Amino acid sequence: MTSKAFLSCNEAIADVFDGATIMFGGFITAGTPTDLVQALVERDTSNITGIANNIGIGDPLDNLCEKRQLRKMIASFAIRASGARQSRFEEQYRAGEVELELVPQGTLAERIRAGGAGIGGFYTPTGVGTVVAEGRETRIIDGREHLFELPLRADFAFIKAHRGDTSGNLVYRRAERNFNVTMATAADIVIAEVEELVETGELEPEAIVTPGIYVDRIVKGERHEARWYP
Amino acid sequence: MRPAGIPRDLIAMRVARELEDGMAVNLGIGLPTQVANHVPEGLTVWFQAENGILGYGGIAPDDAFDQDLINAGGQPVTLQPGACFFDSAESFAMIRGGHIDLAILGGLQVSERGDLANWMVPERGGGSIGGAMDLAEGARRLIVAMEHTARDGSPRILRECTYPLTAPACVDRIVTDLAVIDVTPEGLVLREAAAGVSPGGVQSVTEPSLQTADDFREMTF
Repeated sequence: MTSKAFLSCNEAIADVFDGATIMFGGFITAGTPTDLVQALVERDTSNITGIANNIGIGDPLDNLCEKRQLRKMIASFAIRASGARQSRFEEQYRAGEVELELVPQGTLAERIRAGGAGIGGFYTPTGVGTVVAEGRETRIIDGREHLFELPLRADFAFIKAHRGDTSGNLVYRRAERNFNVTMATAADIVIAEVEELVETGELEPEAIVTPGIYVDRIVKGERHEARWYP
Repeated sequence: MRPAGIPRDLIAMRVARELEDGMAVNLGIGLPTQVANHVPEGLTVWFQAENGILGYGGIAPDDAFDQDLINAGGQPVTLQPGACFFDSAESFAMIRGGHIDLAILGGLQVSERGDLANWMVPERGGGSIGGAMDLAEGARRLIVAMEHTARDGSPRILRECTYPLTAPACVDRIVTDLAVIDVTPEGLVLREAAAGVSPGGVQSVTEPSLQTADDFREMTF
């Protein structure tokens, strides 16, 4: 049986190219592929379009701004409505150096789900009557206005799970699942970082949340103790 | 002059009185998250965090921080018996599918029709939508918990919101440091005011006109 295991994050992301669109799993401190993102920082890959729930102070993704590797972010949470400290992303956004497409979180999750499930888009009432609706196709369904939303896919997805096996099956810890589960389905090449990498057959089938067919590469990372930035 | 209001923790305590046994409730970032620490004794409330938890308890002490056990604001939380985890797509199927009984969100402005603006201050630019637009559309009932006025003393309850909307006509009730106000088809109805605050005092810092409810009373906790 072919193993999907890679020995290092550097090897696992060696073919990520300039201008790539990359999905990053994680939600603030939970389920963030910290080592894969760090490898991307060290690789100097540029002109990246990133898709993630959030980018802010303390997020590993914010480190991509240090060397200006991001061209654009598609996210639900990026600029705080209040708060004194700015992330590097926010500084670059305010200077007009990086683009931001803000998407309601549920619409972001569903667009990724559609992208991974072969669905050509969907209608939702979320965003009706707001700036999100500007220029958008609408349709009345059951007497209620809906917006049409397109699916999202990426060249690569960097995701994080607690345990994984060499066939790519993944098990998550607590609230780690967030965007990781859906992003695993929606990219051409899916790379999973796990804290514990085991042989195929060692995970309980009932416990597997991400079936291995979605995962192309798996690599063992370290557990990084993160902190919360209020 | 602006009447003196109750502290933020008391706003959270007043909002907590809206909880009912067995409800599924989503708490927005900021003031609403404090509601989880004031659940009335004997009630089981299923707090949903849009990052994929149903059944979290209160906010955990800082020294118990587990980076994989956080609410949507990134705060560490505890788990109640019966809690479960799921991914973001399922979480928003819950929210958008009408399975959340009550959402309690923070607010920057609310209009007399119940339009909510809470994701962007135009002078600051950028903004963050998070799950607010989905919750405002999808939750069965929406309560906004906020300070009654902005820092400069100007009203936050307005005839029309001047900030970008989160969703139109979505708010059912507003709980502030001064009052409890319902959004009704006939306009805003003042139901309660903080101790020592008169209906006229609330009106003086509220732009649209308020009708005083027949059973108007003092806010209790």
